[in-house]
Amino acid sequence: MEMPAPDTAVIARRDAVAARLRQALGDPAAVITDPVETRAYECDALSAYRCPPLMVVLPSTTEEVSAVLRICSEEGVPVVPRGAGTSLAGGSMPTADAVIVGLARMNKVLEISTDDRLVRVQTGRTNLSVTDAVAGHGFFYAPDPSSQLACAIGGNIAMNSGGAHCLKYGVTTNNLLGATVVLMDGAVVELGGPMGEGQGLDLLGVVCGSEGQLGIVSEAVLRILPQPAGARPVLIAFDSPVTAGACVAAIIRSGVLPVAIEFMDRPCIAATEDFCGAGYPDCEALLIVEVEGTEPEIDEQLFLIRQIAQRFDPLEFRESRSAQESQRIWLGRKSAFGAMGVISDYMCLDGTIPVSQLPHVLGRIAELSQECGLGVANVFHAGDGNMHPLILYDANKPGDLERCEALGADILRLCVEAGGCLTGEHGVGVEKRELMSAQYDPPDLEMQMAVKDVFDPEWMLNAAKVFPLAVSAPRRGQNAA
Amino acid sequence: MQPENEEELAAIIRGSNGPLRVTGGGTRLYPGEMGGSRLDISAIAGITLYEPEALTLVARAGTPLADIQAALASENQMLAFEPDPRAGSTIGGVAAANASGPRRLSAGACRDAMLGVRFVTGAGEVVKNGGRVMKNVTGYDLVKLMAGSRGKLGALTEIALKTAPVPPARATLSLSGLDDAQTIAAMTTALSGPSDVIGAGRLPDGRVILRLEGLPGSVELRAKALKQMLNSYGDAELTEGDTDFAILRDFAQNVTVPLWRIVLRPSQAAPLLSQLPGRHAVDWGGALIWAEAPPDWMPVLPPGSRATRVVGEAASLPEPDAVTTRLNAGLRTKFDPRGVFGGEA
Ligand SMILES: Cc1cc2nc3c(=O)[nH]c(=O)nc-3n(C[C@H](O)[C@H](O)[C@H](O)COP(=O)(O)OP(=O)(O)OC[C@H]3O[C@@H](n4cnc5c(N)ncnc54)[C@H](O)[C@@H]3O)c2cc1C
Repeated sequence: MEMPAPDTAVIARRDAVAARLRQALGDPAAVITDPVETRAYECDALSAYRCPPLMVVLPSTTEEVSAVLRICSEEGVPVVPRGAGTSLAGGSMPTADAVIVGLARMNKVLEISTDDRLVRVQTGRTNLSVTDAVAGHGFFYAPDPSSQLACAIGGNIAMNSGGAHCLKYGVTTNNLLGATVVLMDGAVVELGGPMGEGQGLDLLGVVCGSEGQLGIVSEAVLRILPQPAGARPVLIAFDSPVTAGACVAAIIRSGVLPVAIEFMDRPCIAATEDFCGAGYPDCEALLIVEVEGTEPEIDEQLFLIRQIAQRFDPLEFRESRSAQESQRIWLGRKSAFGAMGVISDYMCLDGTIPVSQLPHVLGRIAELSQECGLGVANVFHAGDGNMHPLILYDANKPGDLERCEALGADILRLCVEAGGCLTGEHGVGVEKRELMSAQYDPPDLEMQMAVKDVFDPEWMLNAAKVFPLAVSAPRRGQNAA
Repeated sequence: MQPENEEELAAIIRGSNGPLRVTGGGTRLYPGEMGGSRLDISAIAGITLYEPEALTLVARAGTPLADIQAALASENQMLAFEPDPRAGSTIGGVAAANASGPRRLSAGACRDAMLGVRFVTGAGEVVKNGGRVMKNVTGYDLVKLMAGSRGKLGALTEIALKTAPVPPARATLSLSGLDDAQTIAAMTTALSGPSDVIGAGRLPDGRVILRLEGLPGSVELRAKALKQMLNSYGDAELTEGDTDFAILRDFAQNVTVPLWRIVLRPSQAAPLLSQLPGRHAVDWGGALIWAEAPPDWMPVLPPGSRATRVVGEAASLPEPDAVTTRLNAGLRTKFDPRGVFGGEA
């Protein structure tokens, strides 16, 4: 994977820049230049690509973030924002001439208003700990990426993250009411407002999902929801993935609104059974469908789901009757990624397709897998068509990684051709940068880059991500020149 | 000017120096938006894709809202947001106005249901963004930027929308005789519990209304629990359906005197309600107030809230800050470099 050559003039000025930043932050420990310590920041969860940064800066307040960006901007030093570093797309991977601005110290809860059903936090706070902060009031924060124990709200906003329950509650952008954003020149702006409405254009909407390229989000106002009375999953087993896909579409249409519909195919089921023994049935594909409400409401919804499922001759319809059984139903799904990691190296894709195309796309993935000679296991959020095909390969076998990457690109192009998109939740980052042209024509990309021109005219923030390198080169060039 | 298709529209825009006012049905032009030559999108119409099983519908921007609602109804579906059905309004106008009715409280605004757009920029360039799938983080979300952009960034030509199944049952609880503070408190109590209340407002006649939806048994159970929860506010009356919410949704449609649209935190609403000079309605659990007022009246706004006069003479409060103004203006220049699209900043 290619990255632009670092600016040697910037690297040469490192000590002077570090001195200015230390002075601005007051705390010497808030600026890390020791190469042993900066190594911890050389990659995110896409660990195949690494590069130690110029230095790492850890501000504690919006004012400090502003001071840091103003200095970096004056010094012409590129900046890479970082939450918890769990990006799977290389979004927070640095370059050798870049300052990492880490938000880890910014984890305070600034306000809880149950009357307004919102919480205001610093964006270094982890996703799960936002829910922890409001749980005592009977509320929760809905977006729940699988990485929620580790990932930070700032990263969630930058990636517009989603989770298993977004079928009902939406993704980050649907639950974000406001943000304090620091622009590259140090200017601080409050976006959004009551009900998420800002003044004039929906600037909050475009900052959300902009992968740390428009500004650093230092504080966020998040919508919180009352906790549901209860939740219960069912497991439905099928003798074919295509039938399982058709059942998903039928459930969605029916008017019951499950909070989650998760899908796993045979290779994935087999791997998780070996890994954690969740006791899943012997089948080609299974769905886990979760519904919420009081006990009688849950019964009513599951009665309907059972009726629908029956039309597709399921091998088994397993309804949980206790908290333990619910946990066991989720156990295999929640261990799926770990389980696959035990049996093989794998690459996790993240394309989205219209739910109606599930049968077609699953069939075509199987064909592509066979042609290429690498196995593919499927586990995903079926309710919204967000697929995570896992391509199995052997990292030690010469040529396997390249074949794997080629198959991955083919599958993502297939998603686009089927009416879908390249990424449903992990983002473009460096990983899918060059594939952007498969989904967007030059004027489409040009318009997106024009937005960055407005927020970050010199292209200093996380600049070599998201857009194909050749396409963004003229703009990044300004900055180097 | 009434182009028949996207190419013609692009050619007109390229050949014009403006000012142009992009319109659908012309039913929701804000005061101050009437200037310039009308660029009427209503001939660029038609539903291009509807997949009920994927909950998606794609339509050209000039498609009448009524046609879309009829197509959805035939499959027992609906738009998850709830624009008022004023005759002649187009889906492009709805999107460009981010028109969102009472369900915004729970289901989100129009922008939350918009999956993808096509539009023509002020340079006459055709641009697409987003797509037609529920989850999409491929590149920047220009869909949100176009939602509510009121024809200032470009002329929308196509919109992909997420649809929703029509809930099998609906019920409305109403409470009478509450003062402003009790009104907000009752709504807050309802919205803080597990009853999944999907609409909360107050009609001009003073009745506080709360809406439940879902499977019939569930609606019945929740209505009972909610009634119980609210008994300190009086004995709530239960009606089937949601006629009251249609009245609330359509309130602003039939107003002829100056009308303010005020968005604020519910906790700020009670004091503001007490200063209103005329007929008004409350929506979104206290976060939206529609207020009729004499021409010279100006609201005194609590911190962080916003107000726009949507009927009468143009007015917007407060002025945006300098950075927001700079970003708004910068974006307009990028999308419309020659400044052909007229209208307020
Ligand atoms: C095991 C695992 C499971 C995952 N499951 C999911 C899932 O279910 N759903 C999902 O959506 N994602 C998932 N992810 C991906 C990842 O967790 C999310 O993208 C997450 O939002 C990243 O948050 P972070 O704080 O770790 O961000 P980082 O990795 O630190 O950064 C991600 C991007 O955000 C930018 N950024 C970070 N903070 C800020 C800020 N304050 N202001 C501006 N830009 C900022 C960075 O520059 C970078 O571009 C998963 C990852 C792992 C490792």
